[in-house]
Amino acid sequence: MRDIVKTFPGVRALDGVTFDVRAGEVHALVGENGAGKSTLMKILAGAQPADSGEIVVDGVVRTIDGPRAAERLGIGMIYQEFNLVPERNVTENIMLGMEPLRAGLLDERAAVARADAVLADLGVALPRDLPVRTLPVAQQQLVEIAKALAKNARLIVMDEPTAALTNRETDALFLLIGKLKARGVAFVYISHRLEELPRIADRITVLRDGRAIETRPIAAMPEAEMISLMVGRPLDTHFPALPPVAAEAREVLTVRDLVSPPRVAGVSFTVRAGEIVGLAGLVGAGRTDIVRAIAGADVPASGTIAIDGAVRRIDSPRLGIAAGIALITEDRKAQGLVLGMTIRENTTLAHLGRFVRGLFVSRSAEITTTNEEIAQLHIRTPSGEQLARNLSGGNQQKVVLAKWLVGDARVFLFDEPTRGIDVGAKAEIYTLMLALAKRGAAIVMVSSELPEVLGMSHRVLVIRDGRIAAELARADATPDRVLAYATGTMAAA
Amino acid sequence: MNALRSNRFRTIAASLLFVIAIVVVNFVTRGNFLTPHNLTNVLRQIAQNAIDAVGQTFVIVTAGIDLSIGSLLALCGVVMARVVNASGLDGPLAVLLALVVGLAVGGGAGAINALPVVRLNLPPFITTLAMMLVARGLAFTISGGQPVTLHATAFNPIGTGTVLGIPFAVVIMLVVVAAFALVLARTRFGRYVYALGGNEEAARLAGIRVQRTKLLVYVISGACAGLAGLLEMSRFGTGSPQTGSGYELQAIAAVVVGGTSLAGGRGSIVGTFLGALFIGALYNVMNLANVESYTQQVVLGVVILLAVVLDELRKRYL
Repeated sequence: MRDIVKTFPGVRALDGVTFDVRAGEVHALVGENGAGKSTLMKILAGAQPADSGEIVVDGVVRTIDGPRAAERLGIGMIYQEFNLVPERNVTENIMLGMEPLRAGLLDERAAVARADAVLADLGVALPRDLPVRTLPVAQQQLVEIAKALAKNARLIVMDEPTAALTNRETDALFLLIGKLKARGVAFVYISHRLEELPRIADRITVLRDGRAIETRPIAAMPEAEMISLMVGRPLDTHFPALPPVAAEAREVLTVRDLVSPPRVAGVSFTVRAGEIVGLAGLVGAGRTDIVRAIAGADVPASGTIAIDGAVRRIDSPRLGIAAGIALITEDRKAQGLVLGMTIRENTTLAHLGRFVRGLFVSRSAEITTTNEEIAQLHIRTPSGEQLARNLSGGNQQKVVLAKWLVGDARVFLFDEPTRGIDVGAKAEIYTLMLALAKRGAAIVMVSSELPEVLGMSHRVLVIRDGRIAAELARADATPDRVLAYATGTMAAA
Repeated sequence: MNALRSNRFRTIAASLLFVIAIVVVNFVTRGNFLTPHNLTNVLRQIAQNAIDAVGQTFVIVTAGIDLSIGSLLALCGVVMARVVNASGLDGPLAVLLALVVGLAVGGGAGAINALPVVRLNLPPFITTLAMMLVARGLAFTISGGQPVTLHATAFNPIGTGTVLGIPFAVVIMLVVVAAFALVLARTRFGRYVYALGGNEEAARLAGIRVQRTKLLVYVISGACAGLAGLLEMSRFGTGSPQTGSGYELQAIAAVVVGGTSLAGGRGSIVGTFLGALFIGALYNVMNLANVESYTQQVVLGVVILLAVVLDELRKRYL
């Protein structure tokens, strides 16, 4: 892949990336969340077009204009979220899209024969008549690999293949990869688990901010250097100055031994009035699950949550709101907004009772409040009657915030508050967080952007495997340390 | 500005189409459509369907569907007739009794429809389909397969009487439409119905009692069927186990023609009323123009499809 460029509205996701894989090689691709790994691989797999750049396969420049084209060139893609049909059996999944026909009908016998041949070739035994939904994750992954090989893949891209595997399953996977390597199959191996890379990879490329920073043989790249290359940049200085938390500030949020399977495995921390606590960690570490459990969006299995010292039972979002907790969810379209409703209707939704006069919702009371929020948050819209659907990402996020500002929450849980929004709106959201802190709110912020966590938190909790791997004061929270704890390179202090 | 312009354009276009339609209708019916007597007749004919469709609108706005209302209408009619006959009452008390029984049976059945939907997240298509069969079967069982003739005479005015020249059934329909239009458009409950139809998870995270709201929606639908059953029973003086078959589809047609989205989150009671009115008027015109009844079905099907297609095109391009 040469000089690949891809821009999304407001972001240059890939800024001229050149990347190559040799036959029989495992090439590790690492980088922070948002560095461009997935985008690069999606372009290779034909899931997204590149804006410019070229892809060369076996010395020939190729156009990959869809998944089929990638398949024909022998490129197989195994995403972290598998692309299997859960209700169909192993054979049908392996043969998906290339079902043998006889007289226009499915030739089941030929399908079974082919699938069995692929599996035998792989040297694995799978219960081929069971729906893949019933198989454990490791076996589903084998189905994915078999599926790629059935299409004669010569290059297989694996995105976080070991994220859901046990140690033993990981060993088995590495053995299999080694075997296929020996036969000339090449792999692109994306992983956050840096410690496993020396075991499996031949070369490594570090991506950062849409650029390939460095490619080297894995032996020449110690883990510490991987991390420093991944982080690499001086912190953005676009963050407003954080006022210190008053020494006498009370604990507003107290979380004790919170357990919420599968991803929260015992978490305790406190947040004081006026304090912003950042939750850092890798995707899937359990950060979102922690704030969801606190807000009652998920029902925690055990543990207590106290607001202003009083333990509250919170097993629904409704009780969370009553306890003074506002959860600003990470996915504003799926969870934050009713897109087919207006700004006004979204703004008042969580506190509609306050706008009821007699039997009916008072539109004039709603409009007054909505206009206040539009002004306060600088929501750019002709009026509050605009549908949420028609707003830009930043403005949608502001409407979500407006909804929670209407109440008088004491605790604000921000989950990826600035994901996918432009720089201007980001700055406005930071300013708002500070204003809330100044009013005495306790704030928890989950963010995958390291500079944001480090720039906007008084304290950073690094989450790994559903637990707090480290608690770092602002002065101690360096990108390298956060990443080292997040990836498990450094053990809990 | 653009929105304003296209709004004005839409209004003008709609008015123009309306005028043309009236002219055409007047021509094919040889002037028999636009008479006070005939228009009243149309309203009386749509009363039952409009009331059914009002309840159905609530369900469809939550992205659900209620297939049981036709059977429920028959079941409520049969039960009401039996209970009233057994009580030996007549006069306003008998009517009140029937009303209470009809609403209770319809609303109760609605609650049963909703329970598997809210508790187990089963598709309402299935639960209400099951209820459609159960209610129909019960209606036949309870009536012994024969229409139950009402002994009380107090129901006659409801079925055939008028208030200031307007049929009683029409008055009831207008009251139901107006009341539920306010409920859906102006109350907190109504707003929650839209919210959970538009994005159930966002509604839940906003603290809305999603399960309770949904349950209530199916209760309203069932109760509307009960009320429609009362009108139907009053009109014929019997509670018939056979009536109401296919009414659910007529109600859904009225809702959809009225601009409510089957995907949920969008729609209005006034739209539904206009949808029912439109379909009723179409039938009426075809009758006046001596269109054969088989052909009427074809025309109605095409018109429903056209209405929805046009609505979709309007949303995309206007």
